[in-house]
Amino acid sequence: MSEVRRLLPRPDIQSSATSVERLTERGFDHALSRISTMTSEDIIEEVSASGIKGRGGAAFPTGLKWSSVYKALGSEKYVVMNADESELGTFKDRVLLEQDPLGPLVGLLIAAHCVGARKAFCYIRGEYGEVEQNLADALEMLRMTGWVGPHSVEVEIRRGAGAYIAGEETALFNSIEGKRPEPRVKPPFPTQKGLWGSPTLIQNVETLANIAILFAHDVKWFKEYGTQDTAGTKLVALSGHIRRPGVYEVPFGTALTDILQKADLGGSITSGRSLGAVLLGGAAGTFLGPKEVENASLDYPSLNKAGASIGSGAMMVFDDTVDLSWVLTRMARFFAEESCGQCVPCRIGTRRILEIAESGNLRTRSQDLRELGQAMRDASICGLGQTAPVALLSVLDRPELMHD
Amino acid sequence: MATSVTLKVDGDSVTLPQGTTLREACEKADHPVPTLCWHENLTPANACRACVVEVKGSRTLVASCSRVAEDGMEVWTNTERVQNARKVVAELLLSTSDATLAPDLKDLAQASGASAERFRGGATWEQPVRVDNELYVRDLSKCILCYRCVEACGADWQNTFAIQVSGRGFDAHIDAGFGRELAESDCVFCGNCVAVCPTGALIGKTEWDLRNQGAWDEERISTTTTICSYCGVGCELKLHVLDNKIVKVTSPMDNPVSHGMLCVKGRYGYEFVQSEETLVPNS
Ligand SMILES: Cc1cc2nc3c(=O)[nH]c(=O)nc-3n(C[C@H](O)[C@H](O)[C@H](O)COP(=O)(O)O)c2cc1C
Ligand code: SF4
Ligand code: SF4
Ligand code: SF4
Repeated sequence: MSEVRRLLPRPDIQSSATSVERLTERGFDHALSRISTMTSEDIIEEVSASGIKGRGGAAFPTGLKWSSVYKALGSEKYVVMNADESELGTFKDRVLLEQDPLGPLVGLLIAAHCVGARKAFCYIRGEYGEVEQNLADALEMLRMTGWVGPHSVEVEIRRGAGAYIAGEETALFNSIEGKRPEPRVKPPFPTQKGLWGSPTLIQNVETLANIAILFAHDVKWFKEYGTQDTAGTKLVALSGHIRRPGVYEVPFGTALTDILQKADLGGSITSGRSLGAVLLGGAAGTFLGPKEVENASLDYPSLNKAGASIGSGAMMVFDDTVDLSWVLTRMARFFAEESCGQCVPCRIGTRRILEIAESGNLRTRSQDLRELGQAMRDASICGLGQTAPVALLSVLDRPELMHD
Repeated sequence: MATSVTLKVDGDSVTLPQGTTLREACEKADHPVPTLCWHENLTPANACRACVVEVKGSRTLVASCSRVAEDGMEVWTNTERVQNARKVVAELLLSTSDATLAPDLKDLAQASGASAERFRGGATWEQPVRVDNELYVRDLSKCILCYRCVEACGADWQNTFAIQVSGRGFDAHIDAGFGRELAESDCVFCGNCVAVCPTGALIGKTEWDLRNQGAWDEERISTTTTICSYCGVGCELKLHVLDNKIVKVTSPMDNPVSHGMLCVKGRYGYEFVQSEETLVPNS
């Protein structure tokens, strides 16, 4: 299976990314008019029927989330686009917002309409200056056409200040509220108590783009691609030892080997070397060896067998010369620098992992690392600390990947 | 709506009012869980993770201090995963901070079989002591970042918001704003942060000095309860007396007037009591 263009516009599209023409050309004005005559229940039913799952990493069923926010009690409700994109090797939201910002924005407006929110936020990574401008231009156009504004939904852009943790949903709420971006304890979940204690729907950029194309068409169209388990397409961000690094849209179920090898996708490993490992899903992800890559496809059940998940869709490719202990050390540094410091297992655990990695003792201290890793997965407050040891443990479980 | 919930703790059934936390439920069921950052009069910070328990159906362990008990829950307080988490939490803290004046941490370490050495050898929080005023000292090498002081100074008690956590990851620390000395900060020296600090990282200057002279002796300290004479609120004071001198003033945490909280006068304005000068006879 080769590249598909649905979430991303066709390369030969003529209209400017933030223009009214683009709105029409992509069918987004149709989507907006279509939902304005639908009840919230009908919208939720269509989202559920499409099978869309969150693309920000956790793959939570989107229809279910909308339904809880819709049903939650509260006079104020909020919707949020999570464009903080700071996961290692992940740059697909950036490409999406560069090439077609109207998709995620229209998805956001549909979400607001559905759950009854009058106010929406786009929380964007601070370094994405040009992308933010593109988003602002698109918003301005939507304001002129009346889809955004005091009588429909107000949309505000908020800029992050350089913390990976601020992408975690509850830390992101604290950041919007002007507080330190420390994750909050869950439950209560954002669907019940999010921004300023009100029910809040937060979705990843790509999830919202899926919503827009779904309503621009219908469930049947949406399900033309994908698998029994997961319909639709996924953006993957390829980087590392790959001929054609970049963002590609492929149907769920595409063989990982195809993604790496096909001429219109990855185009094979660089310099004719063979594959050493793939880090799937970013820093919070899992390393897969060449055999596992051969047998897996981009789908949750298939990857589950290898103990992996799609995560954000990042695929970092390493050829067989790379020493993974070096990669693990860099990743350990990332977590140690990005931990918010709130809870003990993560604040101190990430530092100790870094120290052990830097001193070259990953293998000799594997028992200590396993116990530390287990405590971090079990007892950290948020996904950062819970996933910080995962890639490391995945390598300890695959000793053949470490050559030292 | 039901007003009570029934759940199982280590197999034993307990029935409690709705809104009870799992920590309380475990205590009621006689399977208490250890805590470090939790404090009876403060909002749970759920930061230390010593109180985690296993809850059926939950992927991760659950901080019992802040999780509300639900009908039909099944909770385990002593599984292998729980024991591992507690032990690692104690080991990580011991590898970073000076626990000499932290009884709860020492107890946790002892009970969980933690090895103080396992994760030692790397970076620590050792730093110079900050003695920048006459009322209390900040010896943050002892800090475990339990957030109690921040909460006491903030919305829970004092509403002064003089201190916060600053920096991130391993560099996170308690700060009075831009690294300032306390006298330069918004601090009003109520000492409520000192009252809740579980590690001696915040400690009264008098106690600090006496400890340094080797003269602080818990055995020889007696306590006297009285009412603060400064204003009409009527906070209960507990005077800690050594060698016939007041060396510290606290207020009982369960006192219905103060809830353990005082102002600068009640907590630190006791010198006049033992000043010789006031005894000059009227002429
Ligand atoms: C440390 C951390 C960082 C995260 N960063 C992002 C991010 O940059 N973008 C994002 O969409 N989700 C991020 N998430 C996931 C969000 O918490 C949340 O699950 C997501 O925004 C929900 O949207 P979705 O259901 O559409 O995926 C992060 C989670 C964690 C634990
Ligand atoms: S797990 Fe790490 S990032 Fe998350 S709350 Fe704890 S210290 Fe902060
Ligand atoms: S003494 Fe009072 S005002 Fe000063 S930091 Fe402590 S709690 Fe805050
Ligand atoms: S100074 Fe004391 S009360 Fe404050 S965080 Fe550190 S240990 Fe806790």
